[in-house]
Amino acid sequence: MAGRKALGHRTHDGEGTDHVKRSAFKNPWLPILLLVPQLSIIAVFFYWPAGYAVQTSFFLQDPFGFGSTYVGLENYTDLATSTNYLDALKFTAVFTTVVTFFSLGIALLLAVKADKVIRGARSYRTLLMWVYAVAPPVAGLMGVMLFDQSRGNLTQLLQSFGWDFTLGVSYWDTAFAMMTVSVWKQIPVNFIFFLSGLQAIPNSVREAALIDNKSSMGRFWDVTFPLLAPTGFFLLIINITYALFDTFGIIDTIVKGEPGNNPMTLVYRVFVDGFRGGDLGGSSAQSVVLMILVLILTVVQFRLLERRIHYT
Amino acid sequence: MTDISQTSAPAKQPVIMGRRRIRMSDVVDHAVLILGALLMLVPVYMIFASSSHDAITIHREGLQFGFGEHFAANYNAALFEYGGFTDSVNGVTMLTNSLILGLGFAIGKIIVGMMAAYAIVYFRLRFATFAFWIIFTTLLLPLEVRILPSYEAIQAMNLANTYTGLIVPLIASATATFFFRQFFRSIPEELIEAARIDGAGPVKFFIDILVPLSRTMIAAMFIIMFVFGWNQYLWPTLITTDESLFTLVRGIRQIIQAYADGSTTPEYGEAAALAIIAMTPPVLIVVFFQNWFVKGLTESDK
Repeated sequence: MAGRKALGHRTHDGEGTDHVKRSAFKNPWLPILLLVPQLSIIAVFFYWPAGYAVQTSFFLQDPFGFGSTYVGLENYTDLATSTNYLDALKFTAVFTTVVTFFSLGIALLLAVKADKVIRGARSYRTLLMWVYAVAPPVAGLMGVMLFDQSRGNLTQLLQSFGWDFTLGVSYWDTAFAMMTVSVWKQIPVNFIFFLSGLQAIPNSVREAALIDNKSSMGRFWDVTFPLLAPTGFFLLIINITYALFDTFGIIDTIVKGEPGNNPMTLVYRVFVDGFRGGDLGGSSAQSVVLMILVLILTVVQFRLLERRIHYT
Repeated sequence: MTDISQTSAPAKQPVIMGRRRIRMSDVVDHAVLILGALLMLVPVYMIFASSSHDAITIHREGLQFGFGEHFAANYNAALFEYGGFTDSVNGVTMLTNSLILGLGFAIGKIIVGMMAAYAIVYFRLRFATFAFWIIFTTLLLPLEVRILPSYEAIQAMNLANTYTGLIVPLIASATATFFFRQFFRSIPEELIEAARIDGAGPVKFFIDILVPLSRTMIAAMFIIMFVFGWNQYLWPTLITTDESLFTLVRGIRQIIQAYADGSTTPEYGEAAALAIIAMTPPVLIVVFFQNWFVKGLTESDK
């Protein structure tokens, strides 16, 4: 997660690798020595696995482990026709949209308020960000206890509203629990970025806005919101990648490791098909689809961030 | 109509009402923030309160708001009682493993990243562009999308159920390298010129000037990376089948499976205690070092 964050901030330097310090050292072997640990780790644990995934995605694994046969794009066409996979795709789209929308919305509201108050500002900041440090599966465990079918406190609350909530039985009830926990877990990150984005708005701009526009709602939509747009775009990508990948621990705990007919995201499917089903080729093809998805997101991110320069 | 006349009424007395209105909006601001804080706090508080109750109470009534009498017993069991299939793991073992993973990951990543960033920023290298792209492509694909082949690679190297297999593959993403590259580039050019005039070689410059200058950045990176490492779930789940290598977060999975099993009443109180133990160290670090943490998180674009 931190990685995609850092990447998103690659903005001001215009992607120059030419920007070596002018008075750089010219020692020929030392830099190579310095790069060896990083390069060897990524060669073994990044490029090899990634390449292997692409390669296996074109093969069909023998179910008894006796080698594999080249099947071309069959694994991919299988995916495109698999109802299970298409269901996961649909669910992932809904899940990502809901989680992104609510975690961004709630965090933005809280950040705007935290930026406004003077008294207790620091305490609020602490109280609203510390959940960042709670591991997703721990959050998932709390969700399991709170949404428990027979004794969950939130289940009982929902039942008192007439919602017969059944975690693990009803598809959308389980999905609701997953989304609630995922939103809860993501609010702190969004809050921190929105707050720091707000605090970066110069006082002169705020004062000018105050003179021009009396209503605080109007000020927010006309001045603050556009100025926050770059942060918002950046967070949008962060949240999509969060919903796609980092919610694994939440989903795995809420379905209790036994997905059955419960909703599943694409990443969870890769895991289930690859490690439970032993479908190496199919799982690899899914990995490759995800890689392409992430690459598209990254390209979009760069396009949006190029625009960021016009704002600031 | 009535609604409109009601809302416009306060405007008739601008001075008093104006003042009052500011106060009203303050009240709303604080109310929203307090609600937000409670939203974050209450679920964790309930787990904490429940960690002081016995399993039967929680089994019957759900998570608790008040404190019970089984606090010491639950934490004692969560920390010291051996469990699992082989009876070879307890809370202390998992705590130690979580610490090893968090520290190993953070320190490893910072060292590897600083070295690589130093090479990229401060040296003239013929293949610098190539190295840059090779390294920074890793930021694009998280471990989750290449999880199965990474697992196969570890198996092939016989590194499953080792700390190396647990930690090193997680380092294979260049976040720290990128972070330090950005920071090094913001350091004034004059510094290295002055250092060279004084006759400092590359090693001396790195150790005596660059590392001390990067202290805050190292601290910020350390906090983020420690929390990130501590909270890892998928990779430890796959790579450690030997229970003596379980981390706390990995241990949560065992609790969940006891739930799914359903044959006996799960030890809810102990599970809650373990969840609290699992979240306490990273939460304390983030709270106590929050300035560094926020800096590391948001200011990596310098």
